[in-house]
Amino acid sequence: MRRTAPRTETQQADTLQGVAREQWLQMYEQMIRIRVFEEQVNELYRSAKMPGLAHLYSGQEASAVGICQALRPDDYITSTHRGHGHCLAKGARVDLMFAELLGKTPGYCRGKGGSMHIADPEAGNLGANAIVGGGAGIATGAALSAKRRGSGQVSVCFFGEGALGQGVLYEVMNMAALWTLPVIYVCENNLYNEYTHYSEVTAGELRARPAAFGIRCAEVDGQDVRAVYATTRRVVEQVRGGEGPAFLISNTYRFFGHHVGDVNRAYYRSKDEEQEWKGQRDPLAIMAGWLTGDGIADVGTLEEIERRARAEVASGVEFALAAPYPDPGEVDQHVYA
Amino acid sequence: MSMLSAVADREITFAQAVREALAEEMRRDPTVFILGEDVAEAGTPFKVLSGLVEEFGPERVTDTPISEAGFTGIAVGAAMTGLRPVVDIMFGDFLPLAMDQIVNQAAKVHYMSGGKLRAPMVVRTNLGATRRSAAQHSQSLHALLSHIPGLKVVLPSTPYDAKGLLKTAIRDENPVVFFEDKLMFQLKGPVPEGEYTIPFGVADVKRQGTDITLVATSSMVQVALDAARILEKDGISAEVIDPRTTVPLDARTIVESAKKTGRAIVVDEGHERYGVTAEIASVIAEGAFYHLDAPVRRMGAMNVPVPFSPALEDLTVPTGERVAATARALCGRT
Ligand SMILES: Cc1ncc(C[n+]2csc(CCOP(=O)(O)OP(=O)(O)O)c2C)c(N)n1
Repeated sequence: MRRTAPRTETQQADTLQGVAREQWLQMYEQMIRIRVFEEQVNELYRSAKMPGLAHLYSGQEASAVGICQALRPDDYITSTHRGHGHCLAKGARVDLMFAELLGKTPGYCRGKGGSMHIADPEAGNLGANAIVGGGAGIATGAALSAKRRGSGQVSVCFFGEGALGQGVLYEVMNMAALWTLPVIYVCENNLYNEYTHYSEVTAGELRARPAAFGIRCAEVDGQDVRAVYATTRRVVEQVRGGEGPAFLISNTYRFFGHHVGDVNRAYYRSKDEEQEWKGQRDPLAIMAGWLTGDGIADVGTLEEIERRARAEVASGVEFALAAPYPDPGEVDQHVYA
Repeated sequence: MSMLSAVADREITFAQAVREALAEEMRRDPTVFILGEDVAEAGTPFKVLSGLVEEFGPERVTDTPISEAGFTGIAVGAAMTGLRPVVDIMFGDFLPLAMDQIVNQAAKVHYMSGGKLRAPMVVRTNLGATRRSAAQHSQSLHALLSHIPGLKVVLPSTPYDAKGLLKTAIRDENPVVFFEDKLMFQLKGPVPEGEYTIPFGVADVKRQGTDITLVATSSMVQVALDAARILEKDGISAEVIDPRTTVPLDARTIVESAKKTGRAIVVDEGHERYGVTAEIASVIAEGAFYHLDAPVRRMGAMNVPVPFSPALEDLTVPTGERVAATARALCGRT
């Protein structure tokens, strides 16, 4: 029997053939949109214009974008407290995201959810979640539903490696494997659960966990959108084809603190380590490097894309700042359907 | 203000009071240890436990994976076999993840074993909204726990009470759930240097009055005191009573106060329906019925998930103004 144990993706070259230049540029644009969006989130926090906190996804952009690019618009995702990247990559609009982060009426959740709870069902986003592992049941249930309805949809469950501590994940993986459900468990390993290195709280091999359920596992360099996209495309094909669930480990790093207020973090991770990732493993720089190096785009084109993203984000912030707060009468609306 | 706390000659924050109680109990009793997420170097996101791992080491201040059900269950087993765990549930909203261990295991083991087994452990967690943290980081779930026989439930509202009650909780032979108000961690108050404990089931009269009784818990004690200050200007004298523990509940002090004033409002940050306010209101109705001049009123959080938007969130919890307005109406002074 073939070992279901995972291996690092090596088939990039094959699977990447046939990707149009426009699609790469679109991915670049999505990645830079997330980056610039979050620069503004941080700014809104620092200037006390945003209520509460937010968990920035910066540094992990290639993961959300490479994965969502391999999905159909009607495929499902569930996201996490660190969800801006997933939501934008799955199709959320910048202006409505900002409005939600500021607690304004036009926001995705009418201001009721905020940064950690963006839900955008029209784009297949069943909700970001502030409970670690909170999306595991939902994503698996959506896969069950897709299978029963014969819709051909797949479901992607995004979570950080911290969620590997949650028992519910193993309960649903077991059922997903037993019932060959079209769900992909995406573990974005950014090395830290809040303020603790994952190796201090995670026994054994990550990959052995899906292997225990006979779930196929792939592991990718989450800083390289090519690798993420190529692997996900293949995995999605298998899962959609009825081969049952899959597990994807995307190795990545968050460039900022656990949340926007986590600025003094030298006690749990070194400045050198941060500098190394930011300097050498920036997904945007890596992508720009090969886009220009391979002659897919010149620097001017990339600059133009960045300008566009910045303009979109600037007008999104403006829109959100000007938008109204919910009417008091909203407070007891939507408790029941 | 309690008599004892009034004579203390230093002020510390609520967070420091909690930390001191833990440190003192850990020095006194080597079986006491702390288990939870980011409790060691990080000292929790609220920095309540900062410095403890330096003194007691990672064996006794132990970082766990994000496994609330697992580490709470481990605490139950450790408690049943001679240790005294203090479990840290980072947000009260995560209690539901550990609910089976608390409700079906810890709470019942003594009774089910005919008194042979016991689980002396503390679950420290928090409550409170208006931090703009949305529906999964803002709940006040102490009524759920107060419903379960076998659990004791503690709701300190001052640094002094926090320290004395936490020491009592650690020494108790039963599972105790200890709720701290997130907004109170930086609140300062007098705490004596010396050793003291506060017994469970003894309410504290936070302010004396004659016209109306405001029974308030945890985060709502400050709100009730605010209301009392507002009412004073209108010539209404409000008595503020803090039960400090919902289980056991000091019904006598509450009822006596209601008998004296003839009017009562119960203020608590849990959802209003089926909550702590309902329980205490019925205790008053049963015990003071013939002395009451007005129906007992409940004021809790609205029966909605806590919304994120500040424009909505602030509507969901009682404020001093709203409590004062209700009190005026009960006193016939609209
Ligand atoms: C059930 C639960 N326990 C604890 C928390 C508090 N918490 C929020 S994020 C986090 C760390 C999550 O780490 P990981 O899953 O790796 O995601 P990352 O933050 O690294 O993206 C913790 C402990 C929570 N939100 N939910």
